[in-house]
Amino acid sequence: MSKLLSRRKLITTGLATAAGASGLAVAVRLADRYGLIPPDHGGIYGVGETLTYAAQRLLTSRHSLAREFSRSEISKIAPVNGKPPETEAYRRLLAAGFADWRLTVDGLVARPASFSLADLKRYPSRTQITHQACEEGWSFIAEWTGVPLSYVLNLAGILPQAKYVAYFSLEEGWWDSIDMADAWHPQTLLAYGMNGRELATPHGAPVRMRLPRQLGYKSVKYLSRITVTDTMKNIGSGLGSAAPDAGFSWYAGI
Amino acid sequence: MAESAYVPGLAIRSSHSLDSPRHSAVVRITHWINTVSFVGLVVSGVAILLAHPRLYWGETGSLETPSVLDLPLPFMLGGPSGWGRYLHFLSAWVCVLTGLFYVISGLLTQHFRRSFLPAKTDLARDSISRVVLRHLRLQRPREEESLTYNVLQRLTYSLVVFVLFPLMIWTGLAMSPAIVSVFPALVTILGGQQTARTIHFFVAGSLVLFLLVHVGMVCLAGFKNRMRAMIMGHSAAGKEHL
Repeated sequence: MSKLLSRRKLITTGLATAAGASGLAVAVRLADRYGLIPPDHGGIYGVGETLTYAAQRLLTSRHSLAREFSRSEISKIAPVNGKPPETEAYRRLLAAGFADWRLTVDGLVARPASFSLADLKRYPSRTQITHQACEEGWSFIAEWTGVPLSYVLNLAGILPQAKYVAYFSLEEGWWDSIDMADAWHPQTLLAYGMNGRELATPHGAPVRMRLPRQLGYKSVKYLSRITVTDTMKNIGSGLGSAAPDAGFSWYAGI
Repeated sequence: MAESAYVPGLAIRSSHSLDSPRHSAVVRITHWINTVSFVGLVVSGVAILLAHPRLYWGETGSLETPSVLDLPLPFMLGGPSGWGRYLHFLSAWVCVLTGLFYVISGLLTQHFRRSFLPAKTDLARDSISRVVLRHLRLQRPREEESLTYNVLQRLTYSLVVFVLFPLMIWTGLAMSPAIVSVFPALVTILGGQQTARTIHFFVAGSLVLFLLVHVGMVCLAGFKNRMRAMIMGHSAAGKEHL
């Protein structure tokens, strides 16, 4: 009796384990094909990150819009973290009203290009009042004006193998990246205006990324360059942004 | 007789009545997995909180706006909230998946109906106050009482499983800008992202309080036997009360 039971148990346990293992292998391959594995997927924490990123990508797609608010809900005070770049180059750009500033777009694009602030302001703009939450816990609501990233990407002509858009700050060592779902998202802005005025220096002048479906640290300030790529392995330490090096996750839709 | 020994159902049933298991395998396994994930969630939750130990009401809040609670804790920037958030999400996935398995299995096996739903007579005021008094006097339960949950346990466990944990998941999701882009009602019903954060904190506090009382009661009721029951499934019958 007990022998019979234990043999049956052994067989079912063995079958279940085999099914589980091969199911997991198939799931991982499928997830990879559909871009559901984040660049910082390594290690034990990577398991949680992958589950979160994959689940949210399946759920949110490209179309769900971050909440937008009314003018009366705009915060009176918009706090900032960190200081503007303390380099001579930035000081000179600032002094000249960013007339010499350029945003270069390169990588997997048909027409690598470089845009001035005036160029960006000439393009169709979008204004949105959204919530920005810092990973620390505080938050504020502000009105942002800018050109949708998708417009600039279309001007440069994205090649079909593109998987990520990486963006770099004038501040040394500060960069991040997003997948194409966020890159094409209508609310992802190259923002040059805030609360009806020019983007102020502490908030990232002349242009910052604004990505309202993710935490504040993905909205990199003082942008200088955008690179389109099919892998994050060759940039920085290969984890998709400077954030994981500092201990923070690449995906911050939370 | 020899034939009946080959009927598995009979064999199992008779072993039940001889030495009835206190907790099913599903309850025991999910209990301990959730113990580990809950500790992970509390530790990492504190780590995240330490980046900004100040709580607000409504959509927004920062150092320049009024708070609802300033915790007497240091502001620790650029440190624990990073690994804290990695650990928090890993633990949350373990906790939620295990919890789902536990709840579905508990519904299918009628575990909740049998063990969580209090009898109508037990909900009478003098019946409840009798149990409360016994707890306040720190009396150990009698042998037959320890084989089933008393009315306070039933109400508390129901509250934890069906109210507090779902509230944690809800308020956690309500803080995610990506999730609320799909389900805005998650946060608008609560009244804002900062309100969700504040409720998340207070419900977490209630769960920690539950854990402390729970462990305290286990010690009081006989630590060894209660642990044996939750690990092996059986408490040593007859040795329950020394």
